[in-house]
Amino acid sequence: MKKSVDWLKENYTALLLPVVLLLIWEVAGRAGWIRATLLPTPSVIAQTLLEVVKSGELFVNLGISIVRVAQGFVIGAGLGILVGVQVGLVKKVRTSTSLLFGVLRPIPVIAWIPVLILWMGIDEGSKITVIAIGSFWTMLVSVIQGIRNVDKKYLEVATILEKNQFTLLTKVILPATLPAIFTGVRVGIDVAWRSVVAAELIAAASGIGYMIMYARELSQIDVVLVGVFSIGITGVLIEQLLKLLEKRLLRWNVNIRES
Amino acid sequence: MSDLTVTPQTLKIDKLNKEFVINNQTVGVLRDINLVIKPGEFVSIIGPSGCGKSTLLRLVVGLDNQFSGEITLGQQQIHGPGVNRGMVFQEARLYPWLTVKANVAFGLGKGHTEAEIKDIVQEHLELVGLTHFAEAFPYQLSGGMQQRVSIARALVNRPQVLLLDEPFGALDAITRIQMQQEIIRIWGTEKTTILLVTHDIDEAIFLGDRVVVMSQRPATTKAIVTVDLPRPRDRNSFDFVKLRKEIYSEFFSDVEVPFAYSI
Repeated sequence: MKKSVDWLKENYTALLLPVVLLLIWEVAGRAGWIRATLLPTPSVIAQTLLEVVKSGELFVNLGISIVRVAQGFVIGAGLGILVGVQVGLVKKVRTSTSLLFGVLRPIPVIAWIPVLILWMGIDEGSKITVIAIGSFWTMLVSVIQGIRNVDKKYLEVATILEKNQFTLLTKVILPATLPAIFTGVRVGIDVAWRSVVAAELIAAASGIGYMIMYARELSQIDVVLVGVFSIGITGVLIEQLLKLLEKRLLRWNVNIRES
Repeated sequence: MSDLTVTPQTLKIDKLNKEFVINNQTVGVLRDINLVIKPGEFVSIIGPSGCGKSTLLRLVVGLDNQFSGEITLGQQQIHGPGVNRGMVFQEARLYPWLTVKANVAFGLGKGHTEAEIKDIVQEHLELVGLTHFAEAFPYQLSGGMQQRVSIARALVNRPQVLLLDEPFGALDAITRIQMQQEIIRIWGTEKTTILLVTHDIDEAIFLGDRVVVMSQRPATTKAIVTVDLPRPRDRNSFDFVKLRKEIYSEFFSDVEVPFAYSI
């Protein structure tokens, strides 16, 4: 309790701007300056929010999307770390994959959605694969960068102490790469979250993107807005969770502790 | 406690030459270095910055194998790293993700049980006076303390030779003097051979049994001065000042004086 009061004291300005904007929006709506069919007032949206929460519609769909992100991200990021370590450490792998990765990496994830729907239908498979592709590239790039930036001085110490390759990798290279991997996780989850919504908007029978699309077809603008904002709020929550995890895992990293 | 004992061996550097190739040009770094360092001896090496004294240590520790001539420790020719030589750099080079304890334990070679590792680490933390900081992370330590950890890590394998590459260069003047006294105490306990590279003439005389003065690049041994002063040494004593003067003029003399030394 005291903690949250302290937090409020320091960060109340973060809440101030959204609250002021909501107030202006509400007043403008009630005064009839904005057409309610295009943009209902915050109070109407809040009512709708309560309804979709009560009916379970929101959390069911949000939950489905989150599970998709989790599955796709674990597969994609896992592969990204495995391949990234190989590419970062073994020059032969780096050379032989350079052209292939160079061509594939810049393709926006969304461009794969039609291809994957043709191959895998609109079931879970295609969505999870889209997410996996997106997180794979972010993680790959972060890991390669991280390994390249490992201080040579740390490696020299291990060489002098006659450490074998395995110890070098697990005790020196991977811990040194961990901050970069974490950057990959944060950016990767962001990408994953975006791609799942995109995939669900295009073709799906469930998920938060589907809920938005379905409400649009029924012209329920308030439900559409509830869906859109819930995506943003989920994003903030994920970010906070990751920050906590990072603080625990990277206690030793001076740069994180100070931010 | 560990049952390893140091069997003292002579470190011999014989007709050592080292060149670097920079932009297709060959640059001589070390030229005809000959040094015989007795077991347990403390030898300081001073020379102008960039002369190649650090390179010499890198060759002895085995980080670089591209040289002509011979470096031998006892009967063994040095070609590559080995735990019979420990090294401390100017920066402590501790792994920030490991605690002090784990950093020191990282220095240990293979073939120790958990209990042995615990004992050896404890013993060396005592040696450098950091038992209370075993669980701390490097960022929680001062520069001098970090360097102590680095020394402990270099000593856990009971190396025959401890190589110190300007280890106190980044410390403030007072900490440096404390660390110099510490290293003498540690040297007295461990009885290893120590090869110290420094650019501080006072430090070289205060610590070394002998001071090797190197020339500009390509570095040759300009002079080897024996420091025959009782320890603990007084930096302001007449003999100390006299030696400092002698080495000082040697350091800055542009005329090459041929020295023939039999050691």
